[in-house]
Amino acid sequence: MQLNQFLLLSAFLFCTGVYGVLARRNGVLVLMSVELMLNAVNINLVAFSAFNHGVSGQVFALFVITIAAAEVGVGLAIVLLIYRNLRSPDLDQVDQLKG
Amino acid sequence: MLDYAWIIVFLPALSFVVILLFGKKLPRHGSEIGIAAVGASFVLACIAVVQWISRVENASESGGFKALGKGFLAKAGAHEVVVKPVVHSVTWWQNGGMKIGAGTQIDGLAVVLLLVVTLVSLLVHIYSTAYMHGDRRFTYFFAALSLFTASMLLLVVADNTLQLLVGWELVGLCSFMLIGHWWEEGVNSDAALKAFFTTRTGDIGLMIGVIVTFFAAGQTFNIVSINEAALAGNGGHAIWLGAAVCLLVGIIGKSGQFPLHTWLPDAMAGPTPVSALIHAATMVVAGVYLGARMYGVFWQGFSIHAGGVNAMALIGGVTIIIGALLAFVQDDIKKVLAYSTISQLGYMVMGLGVGAWTAAVFHLFTHAFFKALLFLAAGSISHSGSHHSFDMKRDMGGLRKYMPITFATFMIGSAALAGLPPFAGFFSKDEIIATAGHSGYTTFLYIGLVGAFLTAAYMTRAVYYTFFGEFRGHGEPHESPPAITIPLVVLAVMSVLTGWLNATVIHVEKFQQWFEPRFAFPTDVVHPSFEWGMAGIAVLVALAGVGVAYEYYWRGVGHGATERNPLARAGYTFLLNKYYLDDLYERVIVAGIKGPIARAAYWTNQNVIDAVVNGVGKGAVVVGRFTYDVIDQQVVDGAVNGVAEASGETGGLLRYMQSGRVQWYAAILFMAVAVLSLALIVFS
Amino acid sequence: MVAENVAFWIIAVAMAAAAIGVVRSQNVVHAALYLVVVLAGAAAQYILLAAEFVAWVQVLVYIGAIVILFLFGIMLTRAPMRGDTELDNDQRWVAAVTALFLLGVLVFLLVDAFGDRSIKVDNSLRAVGLSQNVADSIFRTYVMPFEIVSMLLLAALVGAVAIARRD
Repeated sequence: MQLNQFLLLSAFLFCTGVYGVLARRNGVLVLMSVELMLNAVNINLVAFSAFNHGVSGQVFALFVITIAAAEVGVGLAIVLLIYRNLRSPDLDQVDQLKG
Repeated sequence: MLDYAWIIVFLPALSFVVILLFGKKLPRHGSEIGIAAVGASFVLACIAVVQWISRVENASESGGFKALGKGFLAKAGAHEVVVKPVVHSVTWWQNGGMKIGAGTQIDGLAVVLLLVVTLVSLLVHIYSTAYMHGDRRFTYFFAALSLFTASMLLLVVADNTLQLLVGWELVGLCSFMLIGHWWEEGVNSDAALKAFFTTRTGDIGLMIGVIVTFFAAGQTFNIVSINEAALAGNGGHAIWLGAAVCLLVGIIGKSGQFPLHTWLPDAMAGPTPVSALIHAATMVVAGVYLGARMYGVFWQGFSIHAGGVNAMALIGGVTIIIGALLAFVQDDIKKVLAYSTISQLGYMVMGLGVGAWTAAVFHLFTHAFFKALLFLAAGSISHSGSHHSFDMKRDMGGLRKYMPITFATFMIGSAALAGLPPFAGFFSKDEIIATAGHSGYTTFLYIGLVGAFLTAAYMTRAVYYTFFGEFRGHGEPHESPPAITIPLVVLAVMSVLTGWLNATVIHVEKFQQWFEPRFAFPTDVVHPSFEWGMAGIAVLVALAGVGVAYEYYWRGVGHGATERNPLARAGYTFLLNKYYLDDLYERVIVAGIKGPIARAAYWTNQNVIDAVVNGVGKGAVVVGRFTYDVIDQQVVDGAVNGVAEASGETGGLLRYMQSGRVQWYAAILFMAVAVLSLALIVFS
Repeated sequence: MVAENVAFWIIAVAMAAAAIGVVRSQNVVHAALYLVVVLAGAAAQYILLAAEFVAWVQVLVYIGAIVILFLFGIMLTRAPMRGDTELDNDQRWVAAVTALFLLGVLVFLLVDAFGDRSIKVDNSLRAVGLSQNVADSIFRTYVMPFEIVSMLLLAALVGAVAIARRD
């Protein structure tokens, strides 16, 4: 197997995640897109670990998964808070920083 | 005084200013200042005369004032000694070799005129305090009299032609002011304008003459230099002839010679003191004075020594006759005297023209006194006798019973004018006629005799209408107050005595001796000695004139001739209309010139000047509108508004940067990352 | 190696399609399910790469816990489940441009850098991916990060509770 095919897959997933982060209105969906990006990164790490015959890539991937889990937890808590205050999960309405 | 003669001029000028400033507040309304100033000038003028005479006497061989006492009858044997005039001048202004100065040139002629002007002016001042009493512009009258006196004196003492011209114009102006003293009545202002314009026409000649003499004499205005250059014949004969003709035109205008005499009778509309001062004794003789002063020019230009006919004598002669003829048909006593003045001025000019310098100036001297006397007497009559009217036929008559002093002085004046001995006019007029005969101007001798005849006749007529017969006026005639009669008496005395200053019959030639210039003066002037024959003829002619008039008026001989004889009537009508000269001047000459010029000027004004002005205005409007619409509204406002809009737009655009939405910020972030990484790849 | 390549490509295409479904679906629940497919596909790719421990952890944690969290989140925020509201915001096109641009840069970079490298899956690689090896590595070499991560998990837990608490 080529290294590149894993890397390209990872790049594709990452960019799809970017699109989702930028384009989705619902906060939950934004978090899902973030997950996509993290997964892309994970694939990259494991691919390189296999390429190098080393274990550190996989260990790093494990840590990423852990942190992703933590992040989702906190993120959803925030989304819940927003929803509670604005009656809607629409992120477009969160514009208090508007100048 | 000869060296300080300018003071004589300065005092009346000062009094003019003082009267204008303070006159109204003074107890006698300014007349006291005028009298004081002119009186002081008169005293100084007398001193000047005495000083000049002593100067002449000292210079001559028979010299000294002591000799005067016993030598009054001595023959004037010291002709040949040259006595120079006393000249003082200051340079006013210099421009490349041309000097314009102001100064005094005192010689015999000047002191004679100084005396005449100041004395007559003083008497007129005194007279006017009574005559003009209660007048609406009493103070201004005296101010104008002072200004006139100062101007005339300025003219008299002038040492250069420019100063003479200044004085000349000033006296013309004062004449205008004084003739039109009662300008509220249209007749008076018309008369003033007529006088001014007519003399102005003559002044054109004077100005050209001044310029010509300036160049002919080698670029100098100095009178002595001009006379010397003329007598030497510098530059040829023709230029001096031209100069003489031009100056003669000036004399014609100012001294009322034919054909510019028409203003003088109308000038009688002014107050009588004015007529006496200006139009008898002083201003009108300014022309004769010019002729006497610049005699070298005339002598050379008209070749006076040659005899025959020359322009000056001719004009003088014509003037004598036409003036005298017109005096016959006047009802207004002042007009009679005015035409008489014209006629006598003709004598003076003719005298100069035939080479009788001394006689002409002497006649000027004596005429000033008796003509002023006659005018002041006429004023006295109108003041106290005829209710301010001068119409002899209607409002006078038989006044000798009521106004004896006026009657006596008037008779003396008339006799002097007619040329009857022993009065002054006899000596002066006779000399002119005699010189005419001796110098080869026989035509003018006859003219002079005819003039004498006419003068006697018309004066007798005037005397008859005024003082004899029944009183035809209304009111109560009475004698005038002393302020009026005293000047009359003084002048009458002068009319008697002054003749004897040059009574050639008894070989007194003091006038000639003292006052005839010998410096820059033709040396071949003729001085005929007294001839009993000539004098006798002159006296007979005068008496004949008196006699004929007496027959006509007292006895009624020849009355009604104008009704019976159509030729006589035509002649009478011709005279009545003053030879139709006024009509010729006004309707033909003036209207013919003025009409087209006025129309052309109006057309130019409407179409050319107004078009330019309107065009400029319209142009300004168009420019203004353009500026407003295009430049202001579009360009300037456009720029200003554009800046504001640009700011707004930019702000509107930049507003999006701060949307407050996280995803927008994230988009920018990722985009930046992509761009930066691209940059990293490309540039490394 | 043909079998692995075929397997890889099938799974890769599925993952790609599912990823696009996540970001383009108009139904929130569908998007969550598409995410499950992606995560599963990722696990399968790990297996292909002989990283069995990571693969199972992926399945357990991601699919098992995180997706459940998402579903709970969807439920609690009353996210519209019927697909009648617009779920994309106004800057879609900007986002698309950005993503494509980024994709272009990354592809160019990767092709240029790792154009011809290949992965040899052999027994030494399988020995690397063994659970035992990974565990040894975690608890020996990377024990510090391990402890810190567990602290972080605690912090996150407490934080999430603190944030979402009703008071």
